[in-house]
Amino acid sequence: MKHIISIRDLDRPFIDELINHANHIASQHFNANSLSDKILALLFFEPSTRTRMSFEAAMARLGGTSISVGSIEASSISKGETLADTIRVVSGYADAIVLRHPKEGAARLASEFSSVPVINAGDGAGQHPSQTLLDLYTIQQSLPLDGIDVGMIGDLRYGRTAHSLTYALSLYRCRIHVISPKGLELPPALIGELRDRGTEVIEHEHVEDIIKELDVLYVTRIQRERFPDSASYFDVSSSYKVTTELLEGVRSHLIVLHPLPRVDEIDPEVDTLPYARYFEQSRNGVPVRMAMLQEVLK
Amino acid sequence: MIRSVPPPEGLLISPIKNGTVIDHITSGEALNVLKIIGITGTTTESVSVATNVSSGKTGKKDIVKIENRELRKEEMDRIALIAPHVSINIIREFKVFAKRGVERPKFLLGVVRCPNPGCITNAHEPISSRFEVLPNVLHCMYCDWLITTDITGHMI
Ligand SMILES: Nc1ncnc2c1ncn2[C@@H]1O[C@H](COP(=O)(O)OP(=O)(O)O)[C@@H](O)[C@H]1O
Ligand SMILES: [Mg+2]
Ligand SMILES: [Zn+2]
Repeated sequence: MKHIISIRDLDRPFIDELINHANHIASQHFNANSLSDKILALLFFEPSTRTRMSFEAAMARLGGTSISVGSIEASSISKGETLADTIRVVSGYADAIVLRHPKEGAARLASEFSSVPVINAGDGAGQHPSQTLLDLYTIQQSLPLDGIDVGMIGDLRYGRTAHSLTYALSLYRCRIHVISPKGLELPPALIGELRDRGTEVIEHEHVEDIIKELDVLYVTRIQRERFPDSASYFDVSSSYKVTTELLEGVRSHLIVLHPLPRVDEIDPEVDTLPYARYFEQSRNGVPVRMAMLQEVLK
Repeated sequence: MIRSVPPPEGLLISPIKNGTVIDHITSGEALNVLKIIGITGTTTESVSVATNVSSGKTGKKDIVKIENRELRKEEMDRIALIAPHVSINIIREFKVFAKRGVERPKFLLGVVRCPNPGCITNAHEPISSRFEVLPNVLHCMYCDWLITTDITGHMI
């Protein structure tokens, strides 16, 4: 039984194969009834619109059925039932479970109590492997994954997408450039681990210093809650904003990605530039999740 | 006191009849070793501690000697995490009866508490913590938290 819990569990052959598979699906090479006898349980303990809808869309495109609890608050789950018990029960109703939960490690726990495959759709500040897989998928649509220069900008401390993506990129010998406000740097333990794995991690104070040498700029959200007052938030967020001026003279093949939703990190004027790929990135969630569902349900 | 036994290693500590000598402790870690084996101000065992003793092998070392007590496997596993080069000497009738090293376990089940308050292992669930022992860090196998310092402070 195959679970997809953490990007750390996946090796390069598995990821490459999954990306390949998603490429086939995106070019309409798939059987629209391949999961017609399957039921997917969506267990979302936290609100999420995009991830949930794209899993539902992926399941529907393959002919499968999705079931879910209407509202967690109204169910036995909020009455103190352990996640372990909920998973034991729900895995009796469905052929696979997609789980979103506020606690880190929840999906790992679920995989230990489930009798069917579990896909992690985000656990707290922890892992969100389907996001990372669609990030990699989007990059390889326009660039080879190997040996490229990837800039990560924004809140790299709390942003889980940044943690998983840098880890995944270390499988591809990429050079990672990190640019973040004071206090929101990539955790030192993670930097150490990436370097131990042979990945070059370079810290920059200003994005201007490196932007012209990047192949990918991955932008993440800076949350207002991380700052003592809105003045200091605006100060920081404006100096980390991606604008058309910033992108003058960059490599012609540069792609700008963002896991969305964005707030002020990318000026809407950038949307019309050829570098902007974040909406395509979010659309890619469907073929990538179709490939994941076929992988665990095959 | 039995005078006929030559006092071992530099007279720092008097000999014991039966018990355990934990030798070659990474210098400075003796008090953490005591914590691991549950020796506090209120225990009755007679314990001697020597810290920063010169030692040919590692420069400086700590030594802990406990009367009438032998270590459990689980205690030796924990000691291995903070002092991988110790030798555990079981003393019977004033003599070194057995001597063994320790091995760092690959995984720790229910040994350390995950410092991440958001980790599922700190919620009300029927599981215990699980850490992978890597060369310089402990890795939470649930939330990926890395413990790099004060391992004893995180022990349950
Ligand atoms: N009867 C005893 N009481 C207290 N400590 C002892 C006793 N016998 C040996 N030791 C200590 O146990 C450790 C191991 O002893 P031994 O095997 O003789 O030395 P080494 O490991 O240096 O070859 C040494 O630190 C020694 O001082
Ligand atoms: Mg000696
Ligand atoms: Zn943890």
